[in-house]
Amino acid sequence: MDDVTTMSSPSSGIAESATSEVFVVELAEYSGPLDLLLTLIRDEQIDIYDIPIARIAEQFLARISSLKLDEAADYLEMAARLVRIKAQTLLPRREGEDVWDDPRAELVRRLLEYQQVREVVDVLERRSEERRGKFARAYSQQTVQIPLPGKLSLSLPELLSAVDRVLRLAKKPHIHDVVPRALDVDGAIGIVRALLAIRARAQWKDILPKKAEPWEVLSLLLALLELAKRGELRLEQPHAFAAFEITRDPSSEAA
Amino acid sequence: MTPLAKLLEAALFASATPVPVDSLEAIAKHAEDGETTLEAALEELRLHYDIDGHGVELVEVAGGWQILTRPEYTEAIERAQLAARPQRLSTAALETLAIIAYRQPIGRSEIEEIRGVGAGAILKSLHERGLIDITGRGEGLGRPLLYGTTPNFLEQFALRHLEELPRADELAIALRAPRQGTPPGGVPANKDNGEAPPRAD
Repeated sequence: MDDVTTMSSPSSGIAESATSEVFVVELAEYSGPLDLLLTLIRDEQIDIYDIPIARIAEQFLARISSLKLDEAADYLEMAARLVRIKAQTLLPRREGEDVWDDPRAELVRRLLEYQQVREVVDVLERRSEERRGKFARAYSQQTVQIPLPGKLSLSLPELLSAVDRVLRLAKKPHIHDVVPRALDVDGAIGIVRALLAIRARAQWKDILPKKAEPWEVLSLLLALLELAKRGELRLEQPHAFAAFEITRDPSSEAA
Repeated sequence: MTPLAKLLEAALFASATPVPVDSLEAIAKHAEDGETTLEAALEELRLHYDIDGHGVELVEVAGGWQILTRPEYTEAIERAQLAARPQRLSTAALETLAIIAYRQPIGRSEIEEIRGVGAGAILKSLHERGLIDITGRGEGLGRPLLYGTTPNFLEQFALRHLEELPRADELAIALRAPRQGTPPGGVPANKDNGEAPPRAD
């Protein structure tokens, strides 16, 4: 349920938003714990600057339990706050202490601030009601006319040929087959080793067979890198874009 | 009617949203109707609708002017399904809007602190309705998003500008004492304490 539009169902009790990620508990009657508190204060005709905290806290707790609202953290937080203020007011005060920080002061400030918000809400409500009663020119608000389906008269062959047409259209065009071909790195290592057994140095073009397939080129490249990593040979490129030289690694030779 | 009044009527009719005064001035400048001023022409059009008896009226809203249908025809129009009244906002949504209107730019945690309830879902749906927008990022921890009202907000609440909302000291209960320090678990208080009149964006 869209929490902004819960006004339309005042009798729904708790409006739970299952769609959004936040668990929204909103009472149709109260828009929050401060609203509930203000209602209690108004009902009891209490001076907001001198709230009998014990009584109000009790009523607040009774109200939220009777409303089965005890899951709502926001209401519980306010309940806890009230109980704490109640405890603070019960603490003995030192005699002759003139300046006493009323633990209720912060609550009163918040209530007054909230009261102010509610006054603005009244203004906004009046104005939006006034505006809702008027329409502006609207673009592209035309309702789409969906044509009523007429009676279908089709013979079986017609239907089958239609199905055939659709299936032919749905067939994917043949573009290219990719044949998986495994690289033969071990084989290429054998080739390189065999060559380096005869010659101390070689070049790329010496190892690569004429008209090599891409998989052969890749296998050779990987073989060279693998052997270089193992320390069996060295790869050197004298300058950029030059053909690189493959030399037997002197250390592996010694071994 | 003067030529300018007729031209303005056409321009306002063609637009689905309030036409800003700037645009109307530009139109008036090109109209080469040296005799009539924009104000006079608008007043002429407004009286034309009011006195001659029309189904529409001219209203000043959101820093511009707009032609709207008269309230007495709303039901008939709605019954014919030509247009539908927008959904009413819940009290919770209106409270959130009120706080944003007065304290913008304002972050989510400050709104939650004033209302005493989570505001995430409401902010999201107000944003989807185009009533609020993200206007920047705050200085605080995590650089929170700051929200402000949109021109559409003014339009939907029949406000010419934000200053048309009652000033904080005009409300029956004005904040008596400036707030002290930071409330527990809250965010540092905004510099202006809601006591300043609302500002335009």
